Amino acid sequence: MSIDLSQFHQVFYEESYEGLDAMEQGLLDMDLVEPDAEVINTIFRAAHSMKGGAGTFGFTDVAEFTHVLETLLDQVRDGQRAMSQDIQNLLLASVDCIRGLLQGLQAGEASDLTEASELKKQFEAILNDDAPAASGGGPETPKETDDNSDNGDGWHIRFIPEITLLQSGNEPVRMFRQLADLCDNQMRVTCDASRIPAFTSMDPEMCYLIWDIQIEKAIDKADIEEVFEWVTDDAEIIITPLSEKSEEQPAKVTQPEIETAPQAEKPPEPVVQAPKQEATKAAPKQTKTQESSSIRVSIDKVDSLINMVGELVITQSMLGQLGQNFDITRVQRLQEGLAQLEHNTRELQESVMKIRMMPISFVFSRFPRLVRDVSISLNKKINLEISGENTELDKTVMEKIGDPMVHLIRNSIDHGIELPEDRIAAGKPETGTVNLNAYHQSGNIVIEIKDDGAGLNTDRILQKAIEKGLVVEGANLSQEQIFDLIFQPGFSTADVVSDLSGRGVGMDVVRRNIAALNGSIEVTSEKGRGSRFIIRLPLTLAILDGQLVQVGKEIYIFPLVSIVESIQLDDLSINNVGGHSDVLQLRDEYVPIIHLDDVFSIDNEKRPIEESIVVVVETDGEKIGVVVDELLGQQQVVIKSLEENYKRVDGISGATILGDGTVALIVDISSLSKMSGASSKVLDGTHQAA
Amino acid sequence: MSEVSEVEAPVSEDGVLTEQYLTFIMANEEYGVDILAVQEIRGWESATPVPNSPSYIRGVINLRGTIVPIMDLRQRFGLPEAEYGNETVVVVLKVFTSSGSRTMGIIVDAVSDVYDVPIGDARNKGLSDNQNSNFIKGLVTVNKHMVILLELENLLTIED
Amino acid sequence: MAKILAVDDSASMRQMVSFTLKGAGHDVVEASDGNEALKIAQGQAVDLVLSDVNMPNMNGIELCRNLRQLPSYKFTPILMLTTESAGDKKMEGKSAGATGWIVKPFNPDQLLTTIKKVLG
Repeated sequence: MSIDLSQFHQVFYEESYEGLDAMEQGLLDMDLVEPDAEVINTIFRAAHSMKGGAGTFGFTDVAEFTHVLETLLDQVRDGQRAMSQDIQNLLLASVDCIRGLLQGLQAGEASDLTEASELKKQFEAILNDDAPAASGGGPETPKETDDNSDNGDGWHIRFIPEITLLQSGNEPVRMFRQLADLCDNQMRVTCDASRIPAFTSMDPEMCYLIWDIQIEKAIDKADIEEVFEWVTDDAEIIITPLSEKSEEQPAKVTQPEIETAPQAEKPPEPVVQAPKQEATKAAPKQTKTQESSSIRVSIDKVDSLINMVGELVITQSMLGQLGQNFDITRVQRLQEGLAQLEHNTRELQESVMKIRMMPISFVFSRFPRLVRDVSISLNKKINLEISGENTELDKTVMEKIGDPMVHLIRNSIDHGIELPEDRIAAGKPETGTVNLNAYHQSGNIVIEIKDDGAGLNTDRILQKAIEKGLVVEGANLSQEQIFDLIFQPGFSTADVVSDLSGRGVGMDVVRRNIAALNGSIEVTSEKGRGSRFIIRLPLTLAILDGQLVQVGKEIYIFPLVSIVESIQLDDLSINNVGGHSDVLQLRDEYVPIIHLDDVFSIDNEKRPIEESIVVVVETDGEKIGVVVDELLGQQQVVIKSLEENYKRVDGISGATILGDGTVALIVDISSLSKMSGASSKVLDGTHQAA
Repeated sequence: MSEVSEVEAPVSEDGVLTEQYLTFIMANEEYGVDILAVQEIRGWESATPVPNSPSYIRGVINLRGTIVPIMDLRQRFGLPEAEYGNETVVVVLKVFTSSGSRTMGIIVDAVSDVYDVPIGDARNKGLSDNQNSNFIKGLVTVNKHMVILLELENLLTIED
Repeated sequence: MAKILAVDDSASMRQMVSFTLKGAGHDVVEASDGNEALKIAQGQAVDLVLSDVNMPNMNGIELCRNLRQLPSYKFTPILMLTTESAGDKKMEGKSAGATGWIVKPFNPDQLLTTIKKVLG
């Protein structure tokens, strides 16, 4: 029977990646001086499992490489070898290497073993540096047998089991049956009952019998030994060729020790002589963000979903019955039924959305490694503190937020946290701290990246912006506006483009990526104390919290996350600038105004502006005010594509279907502001209101 | 007759390969579209207008959860707008283009009939080369009157 | 046709073993560590136990030891799945009461052949 093992490959890959993550996590968390035994065990088991699986499924390169790891880890586990930073580095590099090998195998590419060979050499160097310990066990050493070649006419076997034999679950009859198969039943078995004690002292669970087995076929001795291989230590097995022996009295030959290789000598107290490792590559190998198309869901979520569907079915059937014999007296029941339906639907919706939710720890777990590697390569001391890792968010959102976060954290380390000397000089602790936090807030997930570094240097930023022509010389910008400049394309204050960041392509891409997820990012900073980036993301991509507004006869939807505030215009004044742009004075700022009916060419009666509402929205760090007729309710809307059958429309990000079945369009704030040409840049040169 | 046999092409009684067309009336002329492209026919209900779209696009509607644009065929042909009445109907068409498939509805005055038209019968052009000729595949005579066969891919492609 | 308890913390190994044995007409119950396996064994009678050695919560050796304490499992064949080819691990297994071992990596055919040895 041949079973296609490839059906198990996907599971093997997934569990191996998890194992590698566990190894990495364990290695990073490990206290090198007094490592936690459980952590070491976890790391060992991960390597061990991978080796076993790789071997079973035919991935020999991975199996061989993992074997060396396992050997070393075994020594650490047994206390024969101490951990060291060099070993830690080597193991971390191996984790990357194995990941790469697995990804290659998964993609069906030929394996590139250069890195594996290189690392293997380093392992072997460490392993061989100590006393000639067993080379970590190669294939099972062939059993020692004395005369293998002379099969003669058969064999005589005297099988003297220890009386406890049965307690290991072994059963002599089975073994005899196997022998019979081997020699086509050409055998005779006689039982020697001489060992049986007196009835009263007999323990029925013991095996007192001894057997003499005569095999009258020339089979291989090795095959016989294999039959008894499990019990060689629990029995005396004397195998002699038939031709030599008389039937009755086998001369007792020294029992072949069917033991395996000589016991590994315990290596003496290890002194890690590992040659000074070359500084391993600065950045860890870039693991492709695995966007897998499957998701692991906890059984509880599935059960709760099933329950909810059950309730929905009940409600539906109730309404169905009601509908069959309906008359006006039953209106109340109908209303109750509909209320129930709404309740069921809402619960079901929430439940289903929860399925796509996973804890943000999946993304956060990349960072300890990242921080470690980057801080080492920059000679900075950084402590990464993570909190809120159980906060859940949509799987797709999570996959897409990883790269922007990597950039932000690298940024914090590169530009934020100062070199140890500088920190001490500034009276700060030598080790900088980067805080990563996540929590839910009003239907969104908020991710904070905070550092206690030098903060944003507003003077440098302003100067660079002027140099790049982003800002007019002499313009008077608020601190917030200056901070916001770092998100402009092409911006970077790094004088020397370091490998990591400072290439100036980062921050605007970060903001764009976050905006593509319907989220937002802002930064606050205090010179000398540190900076804080706050990312807000909706909990799911397909659903939006929207503010419905009325403009003329149409209803439009504004993403709630972009709305700063909505104002009735009776008291506030609108001024006109330059003859065509309207501007609203909002406390200490001037906010450009646009009329949605103009921008969208909506048929609308002219109404006095005092009767309209201005919705102040924020995009790309700028505020604009959008004039609408009325505010309607707020609700969650499902985002439907307009482009699918039509095309991209400026100012519109999508559509949704309202409760009455009609279509309402969702406003794309960023595009709207570009369309209307409204920009606070128009205001450069104007003084801020006092 | 063409020897090429297409497996699915319907055959009229005299063994001629034909195509089926759904015809409708617009501005007193009869037009036809390949019936395989017709997804459904709906009565006209209002559509949500889309900002800054060409005048022949009335807006978008909800077609069982998908957003589908609706085109006023009169305006597409440059004809003056007309009032929509009880017979006004939306023919929902699905066409396959180089970039995938697209579903769109066209507003017509009334639906007429379904005809089998022998392939190759459509007399092409002879029409002046104006903007509308791109939308017309050809002319065909059915029961002594003229049916204008529409070229859907061009008709339903919205120029930027 | 026997009831076999397959214990391994690696899902891919469990799947492979399960699939192979089921294909040969056996009934297979899976567990991902010794604790789970022990609970299962106490709840139903099993004809053979196949267990990995290295597992979290309760490893194979301990599982074996614990199973042997149960009256109904005194003589049940228990086979260890192990890559440990060094002698001392096998010793440990035996002293815990294991019937025998299967060395990883193994292919489905090897698994079935070995199973035959203990199931007859």
